Amino acid sequence: MKSDPEDRAFFEQSVVQLLDRLFGAALRLTRNRADAEDLVAEAVAKAWAQFAALRDRNCFRGWLFRILTNTFLSACRRPHTVSIEALAEAEADCEGEAAFSIFERLHQPFLLWWDGGPEQDFLNKVLREDIERALDALPEAFRLVVVLNDLEGFSYQEIADMLGVPVGTVRSRLSRGRSALQKALWEQARDAGLSAPKPESADPRSVEHTEGGSL
Amino acid sequence: MNKIRLIGCEEALNRLFDYLDHELDETRRTEVEQHLKICRSCYSRAEFEKRLKGRLTAVGTEPPSDEFGRRIRALLGGF
Repeated sequence: MKSDPEDRAFFEQSVVQLLDRLFGAALRLTRNRADAEDLVAEAVAKAWAQFAALRDRNCFRGWLFRILTNTFLSACRRPHTVSIEALAEAEADCEGEAAFSIFERLHQPFLLWWDGGPEQDFLNKVLREDIERALDALPEAFRLVVVLNDLEGFSYQEIADMLGVPVGTVRSRLSRGRSALQKALWEQARDAGLSAPKPESADPRSVEHTEGGSL
Repeated sequence: MNKIRLIGCEEALNRLFDYLDHELDETRRTEVEQHLKICRSCYSRAEFEKRLKGRLTAVGTEPPSDEFGRRIRALLGGF
């Protein structure tokens, strides 16, 4: 194929600009650098082959991520890909389970004066590698939507289009994924002794009430 | 724009992630914002979730190795 120099320049510049994001997403999808590199390279090669079919260049980013996602999901490159059954199982596991919230575990209304409270303190102590580890532990179907929304900023509709599922499915997987992510972060922090869980019998009235005091 | 209703904590928290993800229409977004202005607990929750989301967004960017950068440039150069 003889390529138009202007097309080629646009394509190259766009890919170079997006490379850190493509690699960031690929790394969390594949969970190792070698596979992430192969995934990005394969997606870029596929994208170039299909570039003539892209009508609106403003959609380049979503289009490229869709190719990246589909390349990741394509069964032939990964024999141990997640099956529909495994996905249904992961979703059933969470059925009826209340969403896990770090905030609810840590928040103490009577400690609001304390520099944002223990929940903000938790966020200050959590490292990037803690977040990466918690993400890597998510079931694939949940990890995918969390990566596309929280990490890469795609809307529910864009993700639904990429994955070929209804928007409601994106929303529910995202909510379950976030709950599982917070639970994993919480358990890692607890195992590392990072945060002492709120005492079960804590009685707010036994703590000096300081609201309205000197802030 | 539809009439803005006063909403309670339960409704605000149910909509919280849609709100933080910019998935609400203007009326529903304004209702959540109004609630967050008057409810300290929900405001703290929103701030926490927003910051956690920000930490996740930062993880979405990862510079590849120099070697991989060269590999991609070579690939692009061959098109």
